[in-house]
Amino acid sequence: MAIDLKTVKHISKLARISLEEEKAKKLAGDLNSIFEFIEKLNKLNTDKIEPLTSIAETTLQLRKDEIKSKNIRDQILKNSPAENKDFFVVPKVVE
Amino acid sequence: MNDIISKNLTELVKNIKNKKISSEEITKSFIERAEKSKTLNCYITEDFESAIEKAKKFDNKPNFKCKLPGIPIAVKDLFCTKGVKTTAGSKILNNFVPTYESTVTQNLWNEGAILLGKLNCDEFAMGSSNETSFFGNVQSPIDKNLVPGGSSGGSAAALAANLTPITIGTDTGGSIRQPASFTGTVGLKPTYGSCSRYGIVAFASSLDQAGPMAKNVKDCALIQEIISSYDLNDSTSIDYKRNNYSELLTNNIKGKKIGIPKEYRVENMPNEIDDLWQKGIKIIKEAGGETVDISLPNTNYALPAYYIVAPAEASSNLARYDGVKYGFRSNGKNLIDMYEKTRSDGFGNEVKRRIMIGTYVLSSGYYDAYYLKAQKVRRLIKNDFDEAYKKVDAILTPSTPSSAFAIGEKTNDPVSMYLNDIFTVPVNLAGLPAISIPAGNDSKGYPLGLQIIGKAFDEQNILNIAYSMEKQINFKNKINDWWI
Repeated sequence: MAIDLKTVKHISKLARISLEEEKAKKLAGDLNSIFEFIEKLNKLNTDKIEPLTSIAETTLQLRKDEIKSKNIRDQILKNSPAENKDFFVVPKVVE
Repeated sequence: MNDIISKNLTELVKNIKNKKISSEEITKSFIERAEKSKTLNCYITEDFESAIEKAKKFDNKPNFKCKLPGIPIAVKDLFCTKGVKTTAGSKILNNFVPTYESTVTQNLWNEGAILLGKLNCDEFAMGSSNETSFFGNVQSPIDKNLVPGGSSGGSAAALAANLTPITIGTDTGGSIRQPASFTGTVGLKPTYGSCSRYGIVAFASSLDQAGPMAKNVKDCALIQEIISSYDLNDSTSIDYKRNNYSELLTNNIKGKKIGIPKEYRVENMPNEIDDLWQKGIKIIKEAGGETVDISLPNTNYALPAYYIVAPAEASSNLARYDGVKYGFRSNGKNLIDMYEKTRSDGFGNEVKRRIMIGTYVLSSGYYDAYYLKAQKVRRLIKNDFDEAYKKVDAILTPSTPSSAFAIGEKTNDPVSMYLNDIFTVPVNLAGLPAISIPAGNDSKGYPLGLQIIGKAFDEQNILNIAYSMEKQINFKNKINDWWI
């Protein structure tokens, strides 16, 4: 099955990655060769096989929901790409 | 000084405990070596000043009860280090300073080790050659035209070039074992759930494991016993009895049954790899082990299944990089435009490729055909191993289908790059432990590795087999310091 340019553009929309026309074409080529390789799996009958969702196959551990790190607000905000001491800032969303 | 950097970890610990050398002397020796080795491009972030301070502090008030007393260590830049930039080899994290420490690195510091800095790797650990790093490729200390392997390429190169006495990498599809094999070093991928994933930049959560890389098996065992711990901060961490692997290490492998899987003799595999494998079989027999021919019939399907599972999980894990709370941001005319430009400018080509694969296989209408199918195949791969382990204690295979390749040789052909991991990927899909040890050189003089795969939680057994084989192989890495 071939992945066409339209599909590549649709996926890039879903993945929130903008793509120039040229790069999209190159990517379509790459994806097609990768999927050609992946589709080897179709030779294998897996009708009666249970999917393996987790290798540990145990119930996930729960821990108490406690606050352990204190007073790290400023440190965390320091990593924000938009300069503001008090908030995370994004482009205007509501007109 | 040169004498210090070429010592292995066990020797360094002994010397420091006997007060023959100070932590400051050791730390400065490795820093001096790193200053002379910038060509290799091993480091993304150096933390040298702080390392010397910590070493002086240790020497003033030494605690010799620790397992790593004042030992300086550089780690892969995928581990979050509190207050020290952590990039995962990506532009999108090029200014990220974590406010917390990963459990694995914290375990090292708790035993007295000192951070030297953060080592180069493929972007988000996606690659087999360290060529996808935003911070440039790493040159192998074996030969300047060679890749060191990946994704823990900076770690492997730094270790082989004596820039760090041991190091820590991560392995999602072979990222510890393949670079270890390419650089003549030892690398262990532990059982899934052995080392906490807390504070490790996530790639594919059901496959990622941290593990030690060292110059010999004993050092590797020591680091494994330190970094492996049950951790409530990782919901898939497993509570099981962990050994003091280095103390229990033995080269007595008499009566051990080692499986030789016929499916690992792949098409176009160089004769040298097959010869190496035969050499390994001979060595096991000479040590009193027994080799048994086994079959892992679904091996061929492991790599295609991996290239569904890993990108699917990656596309989900990497959704968090949106330019809002941390990391790189490109400006856009509105919120969505900002997201799309940030991710387009911030991620490199290989990462974008994998996010696209992952998004596609998880998208509406394709989930069953790809992701569910891959999970079923994953079950078959695991069943193959379960079946084999009814008959054998461990499995011996080559680590990689070839020795290290040239820089640029495979960058334009993703599938040929992926094929590098053909012998390492099944182990991650089944969550098993496996170790790669250097076992010889090819005709070009490049190192080749053998892989020993164990049962889940049976690190001790594969370390013992590796220890026994190491003694008989007596591998000497040929490094001529070409970059100095």
